Amino acid sequence: MIEYEFPGLLNYWIVFLLMMIGLYIVIGHENLIKKIVGLNVFQVSVFVFYISMAKIKGGTAPILADGIEVYSNPLPHVLILTAIVVGVATTALGLALVVRVQESFGTIEDDEVREQEEQDG
Amino acid sequence: MSFIAEHISVLVVIVPLMAAPLCVIVRHGAVSWGWATLVCLANFGLSILLMQQVLANGTIVYDLGGWEGPWGIVYHIDEVGALVVLIVSAIAAIVMPYAKESIEREIPKERHYLAYCMMLLCIAGLIGMAVTGDAFNLFVFLEVSSLATYVLIALGNDRRALTAALRYLILGTVGATFYVIGLGMIYMMTGSLNMTDLASLLPAVQNTGTVHVALAFIVVGFGLKLALFPLHVWLPNAYTFAPSAVTAFLAATATKVAVYALIRLIFTVFGDIDPLETYGVRAAVMVLAIAGMFAGSLIAIYQSNVKRLLAYSSVAQVGYMILGISIGNAPAMAGGIIHMFNHALMKGALFMALGCVFYVIGSVKLEDMAGLGKRMPLTAAAIVAGGFSLIGVPLTVGFISKFYLVEGALAAGMWPVALLIMLSSLLAVIYVWRVVEVMYFRSPAIGCETRTEAPMSLLVPTYILLGAAFWFGIDATFTGDVAMSAAQTLLGGSK
Amino acid sequence: MSPETLILLSLAIPFIGALLILFAGPASANVRDGLTVVTAVVLFGVVWHLIQLVDVGERPSISLVEMLPGLSITFTLEPLGMIFAGIASFLWIVTSFYAFGYMRGHHESNQTRFFFCFAIAIMSAIGIAYAGNMLTLFVFYEVLTISTFPLVAHSGTDEARRAGRVYLGILIGTSITFLLTAVIWTYVEVGTLDFREGGILAGNAPAGVIAVLFGLYIYGIGKAALMPFHRWLPAAMVAPTPVSALLHAVAVVKAGVFSVVKVSVYIFGLDTLQSTGASTWLAYVAGATILLASLVAMTKDNLKARLAYSTISQLSYIVLGAMLATNIGALGSTLHIVMHAFGKITLFFCAGAIIVFAHKTEISDMRGLGRKMPVTFFCFFIASLSIIGLPPLGGTWSKWYLALAAAETDQVIFIAVLMISSLLNIAYLMPVVLYGFFGKEKPEAHHAHDHDDHAHHAPPDHPMLRHLTFGRPGVAEAPVMCLAPIVLTTVGCFVLFFYADRIRLFLEPVFGG
Repeated sequence: MIEYEFPGLLNYWIVFLLMMIGLYIVIGHENLIKKIVGLNVFQVSVFVFYISMAKIKGGTAPILADGIEVYSNPLPHVLILTAIVVGVATTALGLALVVRVQESFGTIEDDEVREQEEQDG
Repeated sequence: MSFIAEHISVLVVIVPLMAAPLCVIVRHGAVSWGWATLVCLANFGLSILLMQQVLANGTIVYDLGGWEGPWGIVYHIDEVGALVVLIVSAIAAIVMPYAKESIEREIPKERHYLAYCMMLLCIAGLIGMAVTGDAFNLFVFLEVSSLATYVLIALGNDRRALTAALRYLILGTVGATFYVIGLGMIYMMTGSLNMTDLASLLPAVQNTGTVHVALAFIVVGFGLKLALFPLHVWLPNAYTFAPSAVTAFLAATATKVAVYALIRLIFTVFGDIDPLETYGVRAAVMVLAIAGMFAGSLIAIYQSNVKRLLAYSSVAQVGYMILGISIGNAPAMAGGIIHMFNHALMKGALFMALGCVFYVIGSVKLEDMAGLGKRMPLTAAAIVAGGFSLIGVPLTVGFISKFYLVEGALAAGMWPVALLIMLSSLLAVIYVWRVVEVMYFRSPAIGCETRTEAPMSLLVPTYILLGAAFWFGIDATFTGDVAMSAAQTLLGGSK
Repeated sequence: MSPETLILLSLAIPFIGALLILFAGPASANVRDGLTVVTAVVLFGVVWHLIQLVDVGERPSISLVEMLPGLSITFTLEPLGMIFAGIASFLWIVTSFYAFGYMRGHHESNQTRFFFCFAIAIMSAIGIAYAGNMLTLFVFYEVLTISTFPLVAHSGTDEARRAGRVYLGILIGTSITFLLTAVIWTYVEVGTLDFREGGILAGNAPAGVIAVLFGLYIYGIGKAALMPFHRWLPAAMVAPTPVSALLHAVAVVKAGVFSVVKVSVYIFGLDTLQSTGASTWLAYVAGATILLASLVAMTKDNLKARLAYSTISQLSYIVLGAMLATNIGALGSTLHIVMHAFGKITLFFCAGAIIVFAHKTEISDMRGLGRKMPVTFFCFFIASLSIIGLPPLGGTWSKWYLALAAAETDQVIFIAVLMISSLLNIAYLMPVVLYGFFGKEKPEAHHAHDHDDHAHHAPPDHPMLRHLTFGRPGVAEAPVMCLAPIVLTTVGCFVLFFYADRIRLFLEPVFGG
């Protein structure tokens, strides 16, 4: 029996909404910067997902203290810390590549880049 | 010595990982190269020791920092794992000596040291993926190797290398994130990330929707990384425009390691469930694998750039590996595993030979390779020999893979699959023969009849790899035994 | 030396020879050709020695390397294989001599590549002959295909390239899709691929599987040129004539039909084939191939094309013998491998001599040529008679045993096929001889042609390459380098008539008395 109580599954709805928005931006936009932003939105949705699942009802931040029995699960937090680092690296690299693309193609619109690529043979 | 023996499973990852920053510190191309080559050779030695240990004592479980699993991160190396480590480090040890001249020709001087640094990071990431026994650690190493790969591809001298790298970055990140999503769901259901631990916890929750969705995310995520048709779109451009040495290394290792990771996830983590059977997806995976075999080969036939031709052939070859895994009996599984090893040898050698071609004539377009048999006889012979392996001519490694795969398909009573394997290798005959004909039975263009061979530092590594491709085709008892016993272990877990 | 060493030696000799040829070739053509002859003669000596060992009942065997766990590259000598090895190695000597004359007379380029590939092809033929299991046979079968491809596409013209493609496409295609599948399937069913008397599949697989497998094997061996997989053989006749000799007589097609016999006898066992009836429908296919190919041969005006279709037809004799699945049939097949080898190689040698030294390829242009090249045409005549199967020539015996087998299995229709085919043989081979000796020359065409060719080819000045005239006006016979092999193989056709029974005795351990 699922108890419908605030926030309930709201976090997960948000997670999947963000995920879809992010994926849509990656697929639907021609602008390379926007693609990278979309990728970020997509990744952040996963971060939220992990952090949401770590929450235990009535639990507090996982810092040892007297008189507190219930803690949130610290492991997903740590995992996501790693994932954030990876995400930052990816974004940085992606943006650096976009700069290089702009330098050599003169545009950051994917369709225009594709046109030029086809001319390269 | 005993220190090395004790910590060898972590050393194979640590050594290249620690060595990489040194390249950036010295900021000198040739020095970096010498250092990287040294490290790769040492790592190759370590991985041989590791293989010996695994063969002698069975699966190694190593607790990182003394924290026992499932709480700490463990490395878990079975026979296939050791084989994959051996593949990666061996290819690295052969590609590195080759890389110097090739990279000097294709990458601006001020970026050489970066290339070697990234190579080392990529090696560390790939080996890490193979040895880790922790599902999240797998993601970390996956990203380490992927990030290095994006950089390496972007180093190519064609401007399309940049877009190829960027597109791979986007797709690769989506794939990796898919994996993290799937993993998160599994963690929700089981509370563990240790692969062995997960294997024992998952059967209890196998019929929940969450686990189904998690598996789907994981398979699709890795499907992207290993270029399973139709998730292969990033691969052809990436391989075509990356520097030759990088292509040789990546084509020989990157997809294989991803395949291995998928094997681990399906047959170890989900092993007790036997997901292919339980969720009824065996047919679907098989269809994708076969579609990949045919689509890859068919597209390869129509390519005019030989590097791209081989890239599409890689898509087809990945299909063989996945097919072997999906059939689900020991010989086919062994075929899939052995093909990881064999394909690494032949594709590596072929891309290296193409690197020689590019070094001398500055192009790998089919029309520019006319008369290559006369102009560069040794290189052309290497391409032909590698092509034989792709076709699966006996005495080459390709034959061994095919033998196991077909044996498995027939033993499972799937004779149409066996026939399809044979038919798809006929497609390989066609695309290989297009190249052979151009090289041997067409005259070189006016003005380039002179006979110039690539330098020895390029040819010798190429021929070493090629020699291995024949050696393990003539005497496949070692690879065959390892693959077979590994297959039995993997499938034993699913019964 | 122990027989095992000799086995390895006879494989190593052509291989080493090939390497030496490769290195000596660019330096000196004479050294290279000398090496070819020495290699060929030594090889035949070794093979002959081994034949005698096998004749007294020894069955030496050696495993070279374990290719897959439980599956080795193994060589085991037995009479059937030794027959094939003997023919291939003997005819290599003859063909080498002929090839020197032909290739130089024809001013062919890339001769080193040619002789190198030739030697490798012979090595694979020996490997096929010695094969102790199906894996070994398959390995060398494929090596043979690949090593002969450069020979077929030798000239590099568009036509040669196309022929090469057809050649490779059909042979690799059939061998991979059908033969390899069949080999692995056999392994899955029985767990071994060794050649054993009585067959390894006997009693180890259901009849349905045996029937399917047998079909896969027979069509997988595309070198046997059973219709509809025969196109490669006529396509390959664009190659230089010594290659045609290699293809048609020495190695390639013989490797095919030899494999057919070997598979029938040692993988399935004749009794199994007989009891399951797996081979019956293929016997009809072979019969149809015999007749159809003969009919097609009649329509060909190009001499080499006509001979190519004749080969297709004759190969199906051999296949038919095996498909009848009796000892006598298989014996007839084996004998026909020998007889046809000598007959067809003579015919091709003659055709080559006519092409190079009279510059004629079409039969209708050969009117009166017999008076100019009397020895060549006489040898052509004798070899034709052997192919037709008239005594006192070797071809008589093989046809006799084949007909006997057909009678034994109460399949009279095949006797009819054999008889009709003999008539067709006469109809397509004899006109060449008749035109040659009794036809009227067409002078105007002759002169134009002659002039044209002389402009291209300076007359060979080497004494061995000079036209023989025998001191008679109007005679311009092929030079001694070409003529000697022709005469030798013709004599062979004749001698074999008297030694057929000796061969039968040699084969007795396999086919019984």
